[in-house]
Amino acid sequence: MKFNDALSGLALLALSVAILFDIRTFPDFPGQKVGPGAFPGLLAVLLAGCAIALIWRGWRDRAEQGVVAVGAWLHSPRHVLNFCVAVGGLLFYIVASEKLGFLICGTVILLALFLALRVKPLLAVPLSIVFPIVIHLIFYKTLRVPLPWGVLPVLW
Amino acid sequence: MLAIYGQALALVLDPYVLAVIFCSALFGLFVGCIPGLTATMATALLVPITFFMAPVPAIAAIVTATAMAIFSGDIPGALLRIPGTPASAAYTDEAYAMTKKGQAEIALGAGLVFSAIGGLFGTVVMITSAPGLAEIALQFSSFEYFWLVVLGLAGAVFIGNASVLKASISLILGLLVACVGLDNPAAHPRFTFGNTELMGGVSLIPMMVGMFAVSEILRFVTHMDPPLKLATDKIGNIFTGMWELLVKYRWPLVRGSALGTIIGIQPGSGADMAAWMSYAVAKKFSKEPEKFGTGHVEGIVEAGAANNSALAGAWIPAIVFGIPGDSITAIAIGVLYLKGMNPGPTIFLKNPQNIYAIFLVFILANLIMVPLGWLTIKAAKTVLSVSRNILMPTILLFCIVGSFAINNTVFGVALILFFGLVAFVLEENGFPVAPAILGVVLGQMMEENFITSMIKSDGDVSAFFTRPIAMWLAIATFIILFWPVGTWLWRRSRAASPAPQKS
Repeated sequence: MKFNDALSGLALLALSVAILFDIRTFPDFPGQKVGPGAFPGLLAVLLAGCAIALIWRGWRDRAEQGVVAVGAWLHSPRHVLNFCVAVGGLLFYIVASEKLGFLICGTVILLALFLALRVKPLLAVPLSIVFPIVIHLIFYKTLRVPLPWGVLPVLW
Repeated sequence: MLAIYGQALALVLDPYVLAVIFCSALFGLFVGCIPGLTATMATALLVPITFFMAPVPAIAAIVTATAMAIFSGDIPGALLRIPGTPASAAYTDEAYAMTKKGQAEIALGAGLVFSAIGGLFGTVVMITSAPGLAEIALQFSSFEYFWLVVLGLAGAVFIGNASVLKASISLILGLLVACVGLDNPAAHPRFTFGNTELMGGVSLIPMMVGMFAVSEILRFVTHMDPPLKLATDKIGNIFTGMWELLVKYRWPLVRGSALGTIIGIQPGSGADMAAWMSYAVAKKFSKEPEKFGTGHVEGIVEAGAANNSALAGAWIPAIVFGIPGDSITAIAIGVLYLKGMNPGPTIFLKNPQNIYAIFLVFILANLIMVPLGWLTIKAAKTVLSVSRNILMPTILLFCIVGSFAINNTVFGVALILFFGLVAFVLEENGFPVAPAILGVVLGQMMEENFITSMIKSDGDVSAFFTRPIAMWLAIATFIILFWPVGTWLWRRSRAASPAPQKS
């Protein structure tokens, strides 16, 4: 997904304007000329300058760049699915890990990604059960990371 | 001095530390060997585990794994024509051409032996120069540090292959990320959107894992390349003829190692830049430049040494000033802070044995690279047949656990997703990621020194130029900043002057 530089530039310009607005609410540093807003403000001004240059470049090269150049993988349903499964897996973990626990979430994510990547089910199923257990043992037992158990009882 | 080295040696020879070095060596060799897994990714994945170690083994793990990964990136380069890490890309075609000619063992042997020599060269430079530089750095005030940071950031933007404009934007975005949180002059919660997790700032480790591991996984699942195929499965004795090469190419070796170290020291450009530049230099000064690209070992000798020496070089500014020389040391600096070994000149005063222990680890890592690398080359066929379709999802799960482990909250996982997507989109649009990382690491240091200096001078900007060292650093910065503008104007004026005659 390659956007025209002018579009990227517009987004960055919007970001720098938002920052400049936000820092106006920052308090002053008592008795000093520079406060918490000074440094981000300076950065936002620089960013705005770069963004304008980028917009100019994108506009100049609009003939070659087009508006949005869609990557080849976006035309392949299989690769779009892969991407969605990877991102979806992380989202799923963020939402469900406390409730379902690490082992269940890990298994679901691995299995989904394995199958999306065309790993044979006969291999994918056992691996997606064993790997989370191994990782859990390493991090929970050895390194004492409190990975959530969720619906499962505390097994070790 | 010797007493400190004695203490340091005791720290390194601890069985636990040796075991960590051995395991991370194998890990680094494996990661480097698999195309799509980079040395930076190896570091990012290691950090959550080093989180639970004492300072010396933690840093030892990173040093060893990266040195190994940079070498073993040569292996798939020679056998598959795909560099295992970007640092091997410069001479991948050369090595593959040698394999096609039935000289795989010479290409791989040269990669291994001269990587180790280059790494040792960079280490020696580091050991001899760092303490002296630290003495000088002790006299630096906030003005000098401010310029040093700016100099480093300017280097990150202007020395590289990417567009200067896009690199600058990437850098500014990184600096802005560093502004998030309470850590600022008035302890005002900046850009936290009312989120308490963001009060402490964006944690560096989940961000790194996101930018270097998750984005790489996303790139893998969307890649459309055909499956990999080995060019040969016969590899002879890799050490045959190495002595002759060493004698014949001693000057390219020294030149590559020296150039690599210098490029490593320069912030923002690491092992991959070093390899590209050294390969070009080797070709330029070679007696037989016409052989380059047809399977000629000379470039591999010089560039193979350069990328490993760059790795050590990058640690010099990281240790002495706290300014990373590349993305790997940027991560390592984060680890040093976590371990209470704050980088900077005082590190040689407060915990000298720890820092000398790290020096020793560098030597050890480059020495054990030879036997372990030899084993990896022997096992290359098996390692390269590991299915990446199984590996990548498993790494994703490691990313989740690793980012969770830093603060034990699921917010870390949200961060890797966010920064993974950001890095993926940025790279697709031609924005380099490395300047952003440097921006995040150096942002706070830059602001702190800027604000302190401004308060000291009562808002008078001229104070930034009146101290002698500060003035020279400022001049160096402006030269780097205006060099590209100057050459552009010069070229334009030369191109413009003959133009009227045409019309």
